[in-house]
Amino acid sequence: MTTITAPASLLEPARPSLARLSAVEIRKMVDTRSGRWMLILIALTAVAMMPVILFAVPEEDQTLLEFFTASQTGVSFLLPVIGILAVTSEWSQRTALTTFTLVPERPRVLVAKLFAGSALGALFVAVGLVTAVISRGIGEVTGRSDGSWTLTPGRIGLTLLFAVLTLLMGAAFGMLFMNSPLAIVMFFVLPTLWTTLGEVVSKLKGAAGWLDTNRTLLALSEPGTITGEEWARAGTSLLLWLVLPLVIGVIRLIRREVK
Amino acid sequence: MLWTPGRRAGPAGPGSLEGMISVESLTKRYREVTAVEDVSFRCEPGTVTGFLGPNGAGKSTTMRMICGLTPPTSGSSTVKGVPYRRISNPGRHVGVLLDAAAQHAGRTGRETLSLSAQILGVDQSRVGEMLERVRLSPKAARRRVGGYSLGMRQRLGIAQALLGDPSVLILDEPANGLDPEGIFWMRSMLRDFADRGGTVLLSSHLLLEVEAVADRFVVIAGGRIVAQGSKQELLTKPGGVIVRALDPAALQAALAQAELTARPDGQGAFAVDASPEQVGRAAAANGVILLELRQAGGGGLEELFLSLTNPAAATAPVPQEALR
Repeated sequence: MTTITAPASLLEPARPSLARLSAVEIRKMVDTRSGRWMLILIALTAVAMMPVILFAVPEEDQTLLEFFTASQTGVSFLLPVIGILAVTSEWSQRTALTTFTLVPERPRVLVAKLFAGSALGALFVAVGLVTAVISRGIGEVTGRSDGSWTLTPGRIGLTLLFAVLTLLMGAAFGMLFMNSPLAIVMFFVLPTLWTTLGEVVSKLKGAAGWLDTNRTLLALSEPGTITGEEWARAGTSLLLWLVLPLVIGVIRLIRREVK
Repeated sequence: MLWTPGRRAGPAGPGSLEGMISVESLTKRYREVTAVEDVSFRCEPGTVTGFLGPNGAGKSTTMRMICGLTPPTSGSSTVKGVPYRRISNPGRHVGVLLDAAAQHAGRTGRETLSLSAQILGVDQSRVGEMLERVRLSPKAARRRVGGYSLGMRQRLGIAQALLGDPSVLILDEPANGLDPEGIFWMRSMLRDFADRGGTVLLSSHLLLEVEAVADRFVVIAGGRIVAQGSKQELLTKPGGVIVRALDPAALQAALAQAELTARPDGQGAFAVDASPEQVGRAAAANGVILLELRQAGGGGLEELFLSLTNPAAATAPVPQEALR
């Protein structure tokens, strides 16, 4: 009969590191059928957009940047959903019970989820880059493309930033509503509603230029340099759509009873 | 000495100030509803504590408060001497199963355990060992949890609780959905765990499930503790008698006149904290005709459990001192 012996201190073994928790969260995003399909769908969208550019865009406009930007279409639509589900599935599948029993410091789990999602975002930027280079190459060989091959590291960095921001916004919405369908619908409806209002109601037009992410973040994903004012507009809109829901969500998470 | 509690100098053996699990006046109110009120108890190493009560009595809420998942309205609890949430890597000290149904339906059983093992920082080989220990076949472990029966989920949940090689187990209704063979297996597993020096807190709404394995009982009804103690203490509680009369109202009046605490058992009889002689004299003094007068507990714990958790009895809580 082996005797159960307690570890010397309750401070040992150490709590799981953030790197370990992030690795766990990445695994949780890919180890279910629905999670895997979501990721495959994003990658497929990148591939599917390539013939569209090859056949529908004028020869001289078929730049590498054009292909690269097109490859990120799925990212802007589906990566936020991954962010939302990473947070809300803990509640809908009730895994929060295990998660927060094993890791009582709840905000650390959230940070790990944000790291994990950002890592996936980076992966899709890389996938997009490879897809774009191959497609531009095919365009060259077949004589369909005649645009520039230039793609600056700065532009790649911006695309990465855009991917990470959309994921973070998704996660923030997930945190705020803690309910999958509600968070997904709100994520797409609220900003669009805001955009529409901004265009229809003249008094809101000025405010929308600063608070409507559909407009302010466009600068990040479109060719051309970004002005200081564009950065300020993007930052202001993110305060409303990212920081605010995230802060409220964290407060909810800390206070919430886990059942 | 097997136990070295963290941050405490003294040894924590039976009878020490801090139990392995220590609950002090825990109270939880939801708006108007009080789910748990002033609950205090202690679990010692080497024992299995049965946490008994009907559905909705407040067992799960109490256990969630112990594990830091539900913030208490007032009161406090510690596990191994500190609040649960202050343990660095709690899964390595405390094995918890609060709801076997709360697993991701899309993950396989093995994947579920594998994720937990990664968080806990234990070797992945523990996953296979635990699956074997709870008797989930490799074939079943490869299936998605969504297709599991409740009994299989319970086994998976127990495997998850044991994964970090804990010294304390907190299990909420683990026998639910287990077949008789499974219940027998779980009993011997828990008994063995406690005999090796571990501490077990085990809840159930069915006395029979835990009667055979528990050393101590904490009985909760309507959010309050109505009795606690060892099986022996509960059965031989001093002066506890069951009395039945031709005219219940007259008996109640007679008992009240004699200043004896009586609780109706809902079936026309009363449980009285007094000796048979006291009750007999009170009845005789008022000319009440008795039909039955006997020591309580003659029918086993079951009867006591039923009488203690009866809704009619819950309105008049038993003075705990009398039961200790």
